[in-house]
Amino acid sequence: MLARDDASALKRTPLHALHLARGGKMVPFAGYDMPVQYAPGVLKEHLHTRAHAGLFDVSHMGQIELRAKSGKLEDAARALETLVPQDIVALPQGRQRYAQFTNESGGILDDLMVTKLGDRLFLVVNAACKAEDEAHLRAHLSETCEITALPERALLALQGPKAEAALAKFCADVTALKFMDVAELTLNGLPCIVSRSGYTGEDGFEISVPADGAEAFAKALLDNPDVLPIGLGARDSLRLEAGLCLYGHDIDTTTTPVEGALNWSIQKSRRSGGPRPGGFLGADAILAQLDGGAARKRVGLRPEGRAPVREGAPLYASAEATDAIGTVTSGGFGPSLNAPVAMGYLPAASAALDTLVFAEVRGQRLPLRVAATPFVPNTYKR
Amino acid sequence: MTTLYTSDHEWLKIEGDVATIGITNYAQEQLGDVVFVDLPKVGRSVKKAEATAVVESVKAASDVYAPISGEVLEVNETLGTEPALVNSDADGAAWFFKLKIADKSELDGLMDEAAYKAHTA
Repeated sequence: MLARDDASALKRTPLHALHLARGGKMVPFAGYDMPVQYAPGVLKEHLHTRAHAGLFDVSHMGQIELRAKSGKLEDAARALETLVPQDIVALPQGRQRYAQFTNESGGILDDLMVTKLGDRLFLVVNAACKAEDEAHLRAHLSETCEITALPERALLALQGPKAEAALAKFCADVTALKFMDVAELTLNGLPCIVSRSGYTGEDGFEISVPADGAEAFAKALLDNPDVLPIGLGARDSLRLEAGLCLYGHDIDTTTTPVEGALNWSIQKSRRSGGPRPGGFLGADAILAQLDGGAARKRVGLRPEGRAPVREGAPLYASAEATDAIGTVTSGGFGPSLNAPVAMGYLPAASAALDTLVFAEVRGQRLPLRVAATPFVPNTYKR
Repeated sequence: MTTLYTSDHEWLKIEGDVATIGITNYAQEQLGDVVFVDLPKVGRSVKKAEATAVVESVKAASDVYAPISGEVLEVNETLGTEPALVNSDADGAAWFFKLKIADKSELDGLMDEAAYKAHTA
């Protein structure tokens, strides 16, 4: 960890001063000085989000616009389809879709959200990958597309069962949005891009807002007693309970979308037999795995005991086996389940639900069972 | 009975040749909500500075080191079912383990309460 003296080298989001004012415990994350928790702590922040509403600063994430030089949105969609296995052409206006940038071998360079919005595609990418993602887009799409990074915009996530009521105080139109709908709306006098989405498994919103109005807007949201600021610690435990991948941990350049159990995110139109099969980086490997299955797969894991099984723990077929068959990629304690949860990779033959495997933790073999995800049912507004 | 402290935020209560060991209130505040405690086996001999127990919050696992060498005489089984006791009573009911002190001279390098308060100030 960086010493506090080095914190000045870290970037700050437009909400940095607010985090300090609210008692945020700051840590370096993806080159930013970010709050890992506030006074209530990870456990209470997690439970508050599931019961009421939590406000997350995700301004460190990258926001990028893609416009076709031809002026035709469909050309931008076709261009982006050369870099992702998802159907972007058929994505309706005002709708968002989960996608992955793949490499030539079918590995995942980053996962992202893609929205069709007016004359452009609006992309939200991971903080740690945003410079590489922008360079990747420029390297492949510059001839056909204008690529515009939006560093002057902040990004807030408002998540939980009280999120809708809290946001509707600023603009009643947000109640009309369903899961993965996106609209350009004026909130607190600011031009915002509002999506009904998030990364907690809860109903909620992500709001792209001009940086210079972000702090006032966040403060106005926090004036609502239902809304508490939530740090990165609870963001991680919430997404883990929701069974959602964390890039760089559960998926990376060595895992394909099929191995990552993200088949659901690849529409039929881009698969073998569809109208636009392949045509993206790594298509040969990914289509072959979609047709014939992958040798290994990301699965949910429930430890049978109370001990959390964390990232990096090797997985074995039995308590005595000498050779590991997989690895835990995310793991910790699920506050809503009041039990440990994990995910990791296992060979296809050991990936069936309820399969018993063992993780090695501090020299002991602990039993876990392959379990369905999400671990906590999601509450998206469909 | 004497209470001593380590710079790693453990406390030791010394009664004869037995040391009862736990983590300080300062340590539990830094850790946050404790969700799991892994305790050593009774009868295990540990060396000073050896990782002997583990305390886990939602986000991380932290080792608890043996502040002195000795044999584990008893562990606090209550922490297995009530790990949150570490947050509510770190200095008292949430003791971790008891050691039969192997070498009393190892106590000499530890802090008294005043020194520990200065250490965490």
